[in-house]
Amino acid sequence: MEALARLVAAAEPVITADDQKAAAAASSAGFAYGLAAIGPGIGIGYLVGKSVEAMARQPEAAGMVRTTMFLGIAFTEALALIGFVVFILIGL
Amino acid sequence: MVHDPADVAATAMTTALPGDAPEVKVTRDMVRRGLIVAPVLILVCGFVWGIDGAYSSAYGIALVLVNFALAAAIVAGTARISLGLMMGGVLFGYLIRLGLILLAVLLVKDAGWISLPALGATIIVTHLGLLVWEMKYVALSLAHPGLKPARQ
Repeated sequence: MEALARLVAAAEPVITADDQKAAAAASSAGFAYGLAAIGPGIGIGYLVGKSVEAMARQPEAAGMVRTTMFLGIAFTEALALIGFVVFILIGL
Repeated sequence: MVHDPADVAATAMTTALPGDAPEVKVTRDMVRRGLIVAPVLILVCGFVWGIDGAYSSAYGIALVLVNFALAAAIVAGTARISLGLMMGGVLFGYLIRLGLILLAVLLVKDAGWISLPALGATIIVTHLGLLVWEMKYVALSLAHPGLKPARQ
């Protein structure tokens, strides 16, 4: 029995402080990226919803609304990209 | 013009916008400007992070330009069908494009030539820089949606 317990103990991987630090960094990076993507997702949804409403109300202004919408999407997406860059810098 | 909220919702789902796509014009102009400033950015990153930084910067610029082009293609392609599809396309397109960028970076993260700080800095600077620069040339008017007309 004692020999079996010794075998089990030997088979268990040794987790060092560096491993724990790397795991913490990876999970923090994942949270940072996920949280950074939620905000712009909500923002883009709101922006596009309002733009669609505006285009449905006034189709003659659709070109102007589409241009504004596209630039808004790109600016909002910059926030997600900043979160992504934080992710690649601390998590990869 | 439609004013009743119920009619607006119904019309929004079915209205199609055939014709010119202003976002394609804007994106084409941004890509052209991106290619103009690319050598400068690559040189700066090469000066700060070495040859790896230069390669990473070129990769980052390509990522940003492809991302803009994909976004414009999704909006232009779906708006020709219906506004409802455009809304879905933009939202799922956002997720898919973020996923593609992640995949593109994961594919090269262990490559010998990659410098992650250079790549990250290039992505943010190019994306925001091109957008801010383009704002000067965008016309938000009924007569010229998209880009301002060229001066005679």
